[in-house]
Amino acid sequence: MKRREFIALPAKTLGGVLLYTLAREPMRVQAQTGQVRIPLRFFTAAEARVIEAACERIFPSDESGPGAKEAGVVVFIDRQLAGPYGKDKYRYTKPPFVDSVPEHGYQGKATPREIYREGIQKLGNFAELSPDQRDQRLRSIENTQFFRLLRQHTVEGMFSDPMHGGNAGLIGWQLIGYPGPLMSYRDEIDKFHGLPFRRKPVSLAQASGRPVTGWEEEKD
Amino acid sequence: MQQLKSVDVAIAGGGFVGLTLAKEITARTSLSVVVLERGRPRKTSDYSTGMDELDYALRFRMMQNPAEETATHRHSSRASAVPIRQYGSFNPGTGVGGAGEHWGAISYRFYPEHFKLATFLREKHGSRLPEGIAVQDWGFGYDEIEPYYWRVEQMLGVGGKAGNLQGKRIDGGNVFEGPRSREYPNPPHKMPYAPLVFERAARELGYHPYPIPTATLSRAYANPDGVSRPGCAYCGFCSRYGCMIGAKAQPTNILMPLLQKRKNFTLRTGCNVRRIVHQDGRAIGLSYFDASGQEILQPADIVIVASWTLNNSRLLLLSKLGEPYDPATGKGTVGKNLTHQVNQATRIFFDKPLNAFMGAGGLGMGISDFDGKEGVDAFPGVLRGGNIRLMSTGEGQVASFGAIPPGEAKSDWGSEWKKAALNWHDHAASISTEAEHLAYRQNYIDLDPVYTDKFGDPLARLTLDWTDHERAQGAMLTQIHAQIAKAMNAKSGGANSRLLERYTVTQYQSTHINGGAIMGASPDASVVNPWLQHWQAQNLWVVGGSAFPQNGSGNPTLTILALTFRAADALIDRYVKRPGALA
Repeated sequence: MKRREFIALPAKTLGGVLLYTLAREPMRVQAQTGQVRIPLRFFTAAEARVIEAACERIFPSDESGPGAKEAGVVVFIDRQLAGPYGKDKYRYTKPPFVDSVPEHGYQGKATPREIYREGIQKLGNFAELSPDQRDQRLRSIENTQFFRLLRQHTVEGMFSDPMHGGNAGLIGWQLIGYPGPLMSYRDEIDKFHGLPFRRKPVSLAQASGRPVTGWEEEKD
Repeated sequence: MQQLKSVDVAIAGGGFVGLTLAKEITARTSLSVVVLERGRPRKTSDYSTGMDELDYALRFRMMQNPAEETATHRHSSRASAVPIRQYGSFNPGTGVGGAGEHWGAISYRFYPEHFKLATFLREKHGSRLPEGIAVQDWGFGYDEIEPYYWRVEQMLGVGGKAGNLQGKRIDGGNVFEGPRSREYPNPPHKMPYAPLVFERAARELGYHPYPIPTATLSRAYANPDGVSRPGCAYCGFCSRYGCMIGAKAQPTNILMPLLQKRKNFTLRTGCNVRRIVHQDGRAIGLSYFDASGQEILQPADIVIVASWTLNNSRLLLLSKLGEPYDPATGKGTVGKNLTHQVNQATRIFFDKPLNAFMGAGGLGMGISDFDGKEGVDAFPGVLRGGNIRLMSTGEGQVASFGAIPPGEAKSDWGSEWKKAALNWHDHAASISTEAEHLAYRQNYIDLDPVYTDKFGDPLARLTLDWTDHERAQGAMLTQIHAQIAKAMNAKSGGANSRLLERYTVTQYQSTHINGGAIMGASPDASVVNPWLQHWQAQNLWVVGGSAFPQNGSGNPTLTILALTFRAADALIDRYVKRPGALA
């Protein structure tokens, strides 16, 4: 069995210290220095560092608020790739694989896992580059299937329910003022006309009061 | 192959159509009915932990798994097809309730002349009709389907406002619709902000806005079958999800509770129907693989094929029942008149927040001033139009993130993009359109010569592309989108007209794929008669959107179910009493 790999993330990604006002204003309370080690399911620690750095350029932490790093997007991607989706259990994968017109979409043989492994190779010493150099390198692969997936997965990891490993501490939902999957807006639907309905977000587990697990946990 | 004891009726497919037929047959006769469903059992309580955009809206957890079965597509019969490897321009369902569990519940009727479209267009345009048009009459008129529309609207509990009550035009409803015998069973929904801004602008422009009819309940309602459901809570997890409170009409909440009590009803899940077995022009039964992989023959006196559109045609082709359509000669009927719908959307931006995460599948306002035969004469080259609407269907946070007005960011990633995307988040909506898709000689379904499903059977192959007519329809309707957007004082992000350059399988359009086993007045030009009875094998019925000779502009489920009720009446009241060809 392979040695367990971990990624160390700032403790604030697990919630608690980074606060948002309901008008989406980020409010930085005392930055925390502690680190949390999260076991990886698919990536090696080195691979996870590359992906984390790339996601951070796609959805940066900057003056408009926290980004992919704080939301733990790399953990989200790691779980997606480790599960059935990463192995293409939901894609038609019978040959022959034939190149076709763009209207037919991705017709390749490589699974998301394989696409990531190859993409990470291409990114090379990415984690050691300066932010500008990182952007340059990403721009040079913008038209690849790897980058398309990476960009899509970054946004998914920011704004999907935390059961999937990203959106840690509901950071993504705080950032956009989304209240989470509430069960009813019967009294609000025709009242908040042009006015923001912003409430401290809750996750699906909190909203439903039941344990929830993502599809990626399903045995295949 | 293991052979089971014969039953009276065997139905392939446990979706809206199959279960509606089972409900009618088991309630009104003592016939034994077996429904074979390839997917899993489902119930309303499954859905309360399913309010998750990633798994349901983005990874299609409720849909047919393309890894097991998909279709192939090519743009013309000169090209070779490739598989639709992932969704997709349409989302076929699977499991009990089928796509009826994750539909959007928008419930339009089709226009009266649509049922006689070939006659209508020939009379209006004569020989000036463009090359290749293959529209056909349905074999009956609007007055014959009106009572069935009414029955379905009651069963589902459709809410809306009549615009034409027994010929009297009523402002506030769709004044262009065919005459209704009654007002909708339920009133329209409460409206959120964006559709109201659309309504005001459309009215100022002289158009006739109306609330979109929908089968998510606008109030608590008990239907004529005695099934009670609560009003919609506008949670926004609607289309692509199952409704966790049962406000959206779904087979699991309006049909299964009745069927489970009936002794002459059996539902077998995990049973994948592979062939209609037939001999000497008569269906003998259905053969299927059960969940353990065993091949089984279920003999039956009456066989009903009620799977999703593409699978109805595919089953006929795999079973070698009827003559496959050949576009070169125009001969054969199975697979012809494949249609989708002409979808266009114009993104618009508001200066106020929309709370767009609230909503329901069909919650919104629309106009039909350029729909059906209305308004098209001012637009050269347009024969039929489409609806224009603004809905609050419940935006997903992943899917809606990054909608920004053109020119606000150079890239779709990085700091500048992130800032613009955050700034505009929850400020964007779409004015959208679904227009009638005419049938053409070159658009059809056959069996793929290369690609197979998990059992090794050929996939359905779609040969389908847009023509100048659909592009002209799109241009007309998006011109009106822009006019309304301006009157709304909304910033326009432009229309997605590139979608009509070539048929695109990667971008969702709608699940309204229809045709392939079409109905009509003559066995030379259709697969089933106007009661959806197979022309040759008289104890076989092929029911569903597959029967549409061409596609209407409204969402098709209401019409599919009206045809289902009409078929059920013909089967129960006439065929069962005197088996033979109906006329």
